[in-house]
Amino acid sequence: MSGRTADAERGYPPPRAIRSLRARLSYPVRIAMAWLALMLMVAALADVIEPYSILAVDLRARLAPPLTNSGLSAHWLGTDALGRDVLSRLIASIRISLLLAFAASLLSASIGTSLGFLAAHRRGLTEQAILALADVQAAVPFPIFALTVMAFLGHGLLPVIGLTSLFGWERHARIARGLALTAEAQGYVAAARQLGAHPLRVYLRHILPSIAATLIVLMTLIIPEVIMLESALSFLGLGVQPPLTSLGTMIGYGRDYLTRAPWILMLPALIVVLTTLAVSLVGDWLRDGLDAGSE
Amino acid sequence: MIRFLAPRLARAALTILLVVTFAFVGLRLSGDPALLIMGDDAPPDAVAAFRASWGLDAPLWQQYVTYGAAVARGDLGLSMRDGRPAVALVTERVPATLALTLPALALKLVLGLSAGIAAALYRRRFVDRVVTTLAVLGFAVPSFVLGLILVLVFAVELRWLPSGGHGTWRHAVLPVLTLGLGGAAAFARLTRSAMLDVLGQPYIRAARARGLPWGRIICCHALPNAAIPLVTLGGFSVGSLLAGSVLVESVFSWPGVGRLLVMSVASRDLAVVQGILLLTATTMVTANLIVDLLYGLLDPRLRTGAATR
Repeated sequence: MSGRTADAERGYPPPRAIRSLRARLSYPVRIAMAWLALMLMVAALADVIEPYSILAVDLRARLAPPLTNSGLSAHWLGTDALGRDVLSRLIASIRISLLLAFAASLLSASIGTSLGFLAAHRRGLTEQAILALADVQAAVPFPIFALTVMAFLGHGLLPVIGLTSLFGWERHARIARGLALTAEAQGYVAAARQLGAHPLRVYLRHILPSIAATLIVLMTLIIPEVIMLESALSFLGLGVQPPLTSLGTMIGYGRDYLTRAPWILMLPALIVVLTTLAVSLVGDWLRDGLDAGSE
Repeated sequence: MIRFLAPRLARAALTILLVVTFAFVGLRLSGDPALLIMGDDAPPDAVAAFRASWGLDAPLWQQYVTYGAAVARGDLGLSMRDGRPAVALVTERVPATLALTLPALALKLVLGLSAGIAAALYRRRFVDRVVTTLAVLGFAVPSFVLGLILVLVFAVELRWLPSGGHGTWRHAVLPVLTLGLGGAAAFARLTRSAMLDVLGQPYIRAARARGLPWGRIICCHALPNAAIPLVTLGGFSVGSLLAGSVLVESVFSWPGVGRLLVMSVASRDLAVVQGILLLTATTMVTANLIVDLLYGLLDPRLRTGAATR
C-alpha cells in the first residue's frame, strides 16, 4: 500500500496490471520464484559447482548410497552403476534440461508469433495456409509427431532441440493472429499506419508490446510441457544421448536400478516435478494479475 | 444440420490429407528408400531395378499420387523388421492399447468430474483445497515418473501388483492408474472452474429460490451448462491419452501401439511409424468431429447457421 501511494505522489500511478500482480504475491508464488532462481543459478554455475566431472568413474564406489564417504571422495547424493557422482550429473542435467526448455519455448513463441502476425497481415491464402498447418499440428499429439519426425530424420540432441522449439507454435500463432486482428481495429495501429510506419514496425513496436502479456502467460503454460516433452523423449532413450545427460536421461537410466539404487532416479524426478510446478504457479499468478489488470 | 456438419467434415478431410502429405515428405526426406532397404553396398543395377519396380524413378507428383492411392487402400508397405504388412502389425496391437486407454478415460472422467464438482460446491473449504492441491501436483508429475513411483510403492515395496507385463487384469491396474490419475487432475481443475462460473449465474439463484433440491440443481441446471468446456477437454484428452500411452506402455512393458511406436522409431521402421501416425491422426480427427457434434447437441445455439459463421 505504501509503495502505491508513494508512486502516486511522484506522479506515476503504476499500471493496474502491475499493481494487482504485486497484491497477489502469495507465499507459494514467492517460493516458486525462489526455486526457479535457484535452478537458473545452478544451470549458470554448473561448471563451477560440480564436485566431479560427470564422466569421472569411481570404481570403488559403484552404486554407493547418498552421503557415503569412500575414504578419498565423498558422494553427497551417491553414485551410479559406474561409480559416477550423482550430484555432478544432476547439476549437468539441470543445465541441459532447463536451457533446452527455456530456449525452445522462446523459439517456439517467436516462430508462432511471427506466423500469427504474418497471417494477420497478409490475410487471404497465406492466412488460410497457416491456420490449416496449425490445425494439423493440433490434430496429432505432439509427442507422437515428434517420434514420427525422429523415425524419419534420426534421433538425438539436434532433433530434440529442433522439435522442442516447435512445441506449441500453433497456440502462439492462433493467439497472436487473433490479438493482432483485434489490435488492427484499434486507433493506435491506424495512426501508426497513417504516419507511414513500415508494417514490421507496426507489428513489432506497436502491436507486440500491447499483446505481450498474453503471449508471456501462454509461454508459462508451454515451458512446463516442454520440460516434460524433453524428459519424456530422453527417458525413452531417443532424446539427449550419452555422454551428455539430462533429467529425463537420468530417470531413464535410474529406472534400471529402481530397486537397488532408487536415489539415481528420485532427485531428477523431483526436480522435474518441482520446476514444472514452480513455472505453473508463477504462470497462474501472472495470468490472474494480468487478466485483472486488462479489464 | 448439413450446414453445421459440412465445413467440419471438409476440415477433417483436409487435416488427414495434410498428415498424409507430411508422411510422404518425411519419407522422401529420410533418405533414398532404395538404399535404405537394399543397403549401401547393393549393386547399382539392383538398386535401379528396385527403383523402377517401386516407381521411385517417376516424377515426384506421380509418386505422391501413387502413395496417396496406396494409403487410401490401407497399404502402407511392409515392416522392415519382420517383413509383415505394417497395417496388420499396428492393428493387432490396438486392442492392448484400448485395454489401457478406455479404463483410463473412464477413471479420468469419473474421478475428475466428481472431484471438480465437490471442489466447486465446497469452495475455499477443506475439500476444495485438497482437490486443488492434488490437481496442481497431478499436472506437474510426468506420467513416467508417476508410473515409476507406483511401481516402487505397489510392486517393489508392498508386492501387491506386478511391475510390468501383460496377461491378467492385475497387470493392467498400475498402467491404468498412471494414465488415468494424471488426466483426472486437469479434468478436476477445469470442472471446478466451469462449475464455479455456472453456479454464480442468476438462473441457479432462481432455481434455489424456487426451492429445488441441491442435487437437482447440480445435475439438471448446473452440469449441462458447464459441459461445453468439459467436452472440449474430453476431446483433447483423447490425444493426451494416446501420447501418454506411449510412455506408460514403455514403463510397464505393455504390448500396445505406443511401445511398438518407440521400438519402430529406434529401429527406424518407417512403414510402421507412418501407420501409427495415420491411425493417431484419424482417431484425433474423429474425436474432434464427435466433440463438434456434442457441442451441437448440448447447445442448440451452436446448431443454427449464425454460429457456424
